[in-house]
Amino acid sequence: MNSRRLSELKTGEKGVIERLTGAGPFRRRLMEMGFVPGAEIRVEKFAPLMDPIEYTLKGYHVSLRHEEAEKVVVREPASTGGA
Amino acid sequence: MAKEINIAIMGNPNSGKTTIFNNLTGAHQKVGNWPGVTVEKKEGITTFNGYRIRVVDLPGTYSLSAYSMEEIIARNYLVDEKPDVVVDVIDASNLERNLYLATQLIDLGVKLVFALNMVDVSEARGQIIDHKRLSLIMGVPFVPTVGTKGEGTRELLETIVRVAEDRESVARHTHIDYGRELEEEIEKLQALIRPDGSFADEHLARWMGIKLLEGDEAVVKQIERSPHRDTIFDQLDRSRSHLKRMLGEDAETLVADRRYGFIHGALRETFRKTRRDRYYLSDRVDMVLTNRLLGFPIFVFFIWAMFQLTFKVGRYPTELIDRGVQLLGQSIGSLMGQGLLRDLVVDGVIAGVGGVVVFLPSIFILFFCIALFEDTGYMARAAFIMDKIMHSLGLHGKSFIPMIMGFGCNVPAIMATRVLESRRDRILTILINPLISCSARLPVYMLIAGALFGAYAGNVIFSIYALGIVLAIVMGQIFKRTLFRGEIAPFVLELPPYRMPTLKGTLIHMWERGSIFLKKMGGVILAGSILVWALSSFPRTVDYSRDYAGEESRIRQDYGKRKSALIRMGETRRAGLLEEEMNRRIAEIEALRREEFQEKSFLGRLGKGIAPVLRPLGFDWKEGVALVTGFVAKEIVVSTFGVLYGIGEGRGEESEGLRKAIRKEMTPLIGYGFMVFVLIYTPCLATVAAIRRETGSWRWTGFSVGYSLTLAWVLALTIYQVGSLLGLG
Repeated sequence: MNSRRLSELKTGEKGVIERLTGAGPFRRRLMEMGFVPGAEIRVEKFAPLMDPIEYTLKGYHVSLRHEEAEKVVVREPASTGGA
Repeated sequence: MAKEINIAIMGNPNSGKTTIFNNLTGAHQKVGNWPGVTVEKKEGITTFNGYRIRVVDLPGTYSLSAYSMEEIIARNYLVDEKPDVVVDVIDASNLERNLYLATQLIDLGVKLVFALNMVDVSEARGQIIDHKRLSLIMGVPFVPTVGTKGEGTRELLETIVRVAEDRESVARHTHIDYGRELEEEIEKLQALIRPDGSFADEHLARWMGIKLLEGDEAVVKQIERSPHRDTIFDQLDRSRSHLKRMLGEDAETLVADRRYGFIHGALRETFRKTRRDRYYLSDRVDMVLTNRLLGFPIFVFFIWAMFQLTFKVGRYPTELIDRGVQLLGQSIGSLMGQGLLRDLVVDGVIAGVGGVVVFLPSIFILFFCIALFEDTGYMARAAFIMDKIMHSLGLHGKSFIPMIMGFGCNVPAIMATRVLESRRDRILTILINPLISCSARLPVYMLIAGALFGAYAGNVIFSIYALGIVLAIVMGQIFKRTLFRGEIAPFVLELPPYRMPTLKGTLIHMWERGSIFLKKMGGVILAGSILVWALSSFPRTVDYSRDYAGEESRIRQDYGKRKSALIRMGETRRAGLLEEEMNRRIAEIEALRREEFQEKSFLGRLGKGIAPVLRPLGFDWKEGVALVTGFVAKEIVVSTFGVLYGIGEGRGEESEGLRKAIRKEMTPLIGYGFMVFVLIYTPCLATVAAIRRETGSWRWTGFSVGYSLTLAWVLALTIYQVGSLLGLG
């Protein structure tokens, strides 16, 4: 139930998008790209210099810079059983 | 008379839009720019079933919000030009995200056909799409296609014609259902917008209502001109706060959320995965290519290979063309009699156009490589890997390729900025690109540094290159903070799956871009070459201070007598030596004549005219002339010195005679300032033509020329004045 910033997730971790902070056209762009509440997102990898970060979302790959991933609030995905 | 259908092709970047466009139109394509902007405009024509179908390929967009230049163009085209049918190319293997644009097009109420592209990829992944049922749900026919193999092209054309003739059974006006709460607010807004004559169209009014809820700036501006704007904006405020109260989210989020909700609902009934997500081949390739340790070296290797191919391999055809041009000049020259016309054709036109044509092999090779990077999907990875570094310069990850290409030649480098999507990034990259020292400037450095710095020449040249890079960074930061202040440069970069490119597609990409260079730049460069030729050839008669012709004939007489005497004595070897000596002396006289002619030509007078401006930098009129001619191409600086110092043409930067002359003329301090000036000042004519072409604006072109001239002058002045004060002169 605890919310985190997307930028805080580590490689391989998953999250469910809760909301986007900030405003303006950039926020809308993120939503158009599929960053909508309820969407599941997974951290694929960090770029060799640690920025930007690659994610999978709605079945495709997209990358955001750290400062942009900070604007996405995620919560942990509902447990699917197991550890 | 053939009936005409106008269609527009839309779709997300990487959806295979361009291959569909190529399949539809075949070879009948025109490429240009949208008026006033740097975005490519492609048009083609095809005939089908008695129709003439005009196809416009709109730039790839994720959405119809007025966010980027591409989206504004696409949207304005739909709204203003009202194409008969819009074909939205949808990547079947990335269905959910691609359908977002589709929902917006449905909202807009245009006649639609969906090309469900790359169904082969989607099938290979075990995805099953019931496209017939999807067509019924969305009220738009889906036509499965495989662009790379040309599959589905005929069906697509048939469907387009049916939709245009209103004979398509599944096509119907649908609404995306935004849910009760939103629909109520949309209706209220729609009712207020509709009475306004210009938005009488029911669909358009609804679309504008939705756009208002989304906070779309372009529609807000449009409404501001409406006489009912106060009531509309009042209602908008009320609707927004109502939605926020009721649903706890802002209207923007709600609209996007409902659209994805609609997509999700439609796919629930029509889309099935037969296996769980697993790592596809593409992901495995990517594990290597963007690997934390290997990613960089691999990227550097690719760039190195591209550089080698472009400039090293490209040199062979370049030399061939160069020789061909020379041969052409000579043969035409010998066909025509001595005279002004001959000079114009040979020295002006052939040499001028030849100077452009020799660029072609490199440009085509470069564009082939870039097309390959883009078509395989590697370009996005290159941006991913380099973004951190480029971002610190205020640029986008994709700017790296144009910047590095600049070391070879700024012309293809500036054209390579086409890989950048945002206009801001493109202009910024174009502005600082000429500071990257191109290979044409190297002969100048080699001549001057070789003459003045001896053993340290290498280090001195290196320092010039380094200075260029540092200046590019500094100017990038300055421009970012002044000219482009406040403009957002967000980074939402899609990393499309790796794809096997088709040779045909890559060649078409290469040709489209390369031929633009040939067509558009030839004219500017031709005009410039003729101008410089004319400046250096007129006035035809000058008052020489010496009787060069008389001196020459005296030498000929003198040596002729001595030579025939030697031949009579049977000393043919000495006679040969004597003839060589004679030729040398005649060449010296000729060189002196040419030097004086140059000094007294319009070009020389121009050089003398600007000399006062250059004097504070330690340059005299000869440097002035060299800088003026260097504007055509910077390697001409060396040959100009050759002419001016009477060394004769055809001697390059390695000429010892020229180096001696430079040593007499310049101190190391002046020479260094001169090299810095050559590095920075006004990029060459071909580059200026490229800047004009790629920015689509004379203002940016003028700015680029102006700022570089100013910067060059200020830096050379600083070097000379400070150096002189420190006693380095």
